[in-house]
Amino acid sequence: MATIKRILLDVLKPHQPGALEFTQTLADLNPGYRVNLIVEEVDENTESLIVVIEGEDIQFEAIDQAIKKMGGTIHSVDEVEAEGSQPSSSD
Amino acid sequence: MSLIQHIRSLWNLSQAGQIARRYFVTNGFDGALTMLGILLGFYTGGEVQLVVAISACLGAAIALGISGFTSAYLSETEERKKELKELEESLVAPLEESYHGKASQITPWVIAAVNGLSPFLISLFIILPLWLEDWGYMLPLEMDPFDAAIGLAFLAILFLGIFLGRISGTFWLWSGLRAVLIGLVTAGIIFLIGGNP
Repeated sequence: MATIKRILLDVLKPHQPGALEFTQTLADLNPGYRVNLIVEEVDENTESLIVVIEGEDIQFEAIDQAIKKMGGTIHSVDEVEAEGSQPSSSD
Repeated sequence: MSLIQHIRSLWNLSQAGQIARRYFVTNGFDGALTMLGILLGFYTGGEVQLVVAISACLGAAIALGISGFTSAYLSETEERKKELKELEESLVAPLEESYHGKASQITPWVIAAVNGLSPFLISLFIILPLWLEDWGYMLPLEMDPFDAAIGLAFLAILFLGIFLGRISGTFWLWSGLRAVLIGLVTAGIIFLIGGNP
């Protein structure tokens, strides 16, 4: 099955945890995850973010759960990059 | 996420440390001044049995502790519920399972414990000489237990003032002496009113 290599998410989160802790938590989900976070908009209680995660095998469910635990919600998955697995020699 | 990180996240989110610190000083000061007031009341009132003084002080300490615990718990619970509801409305998502939801449940207990224990423990510290005397221990320099307890009340007030100074970043001695001055003014008023029944 193809593995996800890159994913771009539109996320809404409360002010706490801050951008640093939020990014670190996502990066710690799996060794090799590279997370890029851009704060797009700041409201009274919330922040809109663009979160880009790159890795060898991105686990979307775990990312979704971690974001929910930090009080955030994924509004949309705006970009996905996947790589197909090598066909076996018998194919 | 490790357990320590999990607890740290909850702690940071709830801002419990900051609030608990404030409550510790506020209600601790309440406890110290109340004990000072009761002790000075006995002092100006004349001879009083040690056991009566201990009972009165202990009763006040327990009442302060329970009052501190319940008032902080009730007010913090309602405040946290309101904050969580507002946040949920902003996010258009439930937050019960998030750190915010958990923090809103745990924080009132932590703050209530600090708010209740602070005046209770400070009061127990202040009336320690009365207990020691009652248990038959000799106080240093053969001090009168009431004088020693009043001295400890001022020491507790000084400590709370210094603690407050360290939090606010002001000069610790000035902050401590300012708190002691409040204690002295309280003592003066008690002597003025209570000294001439």
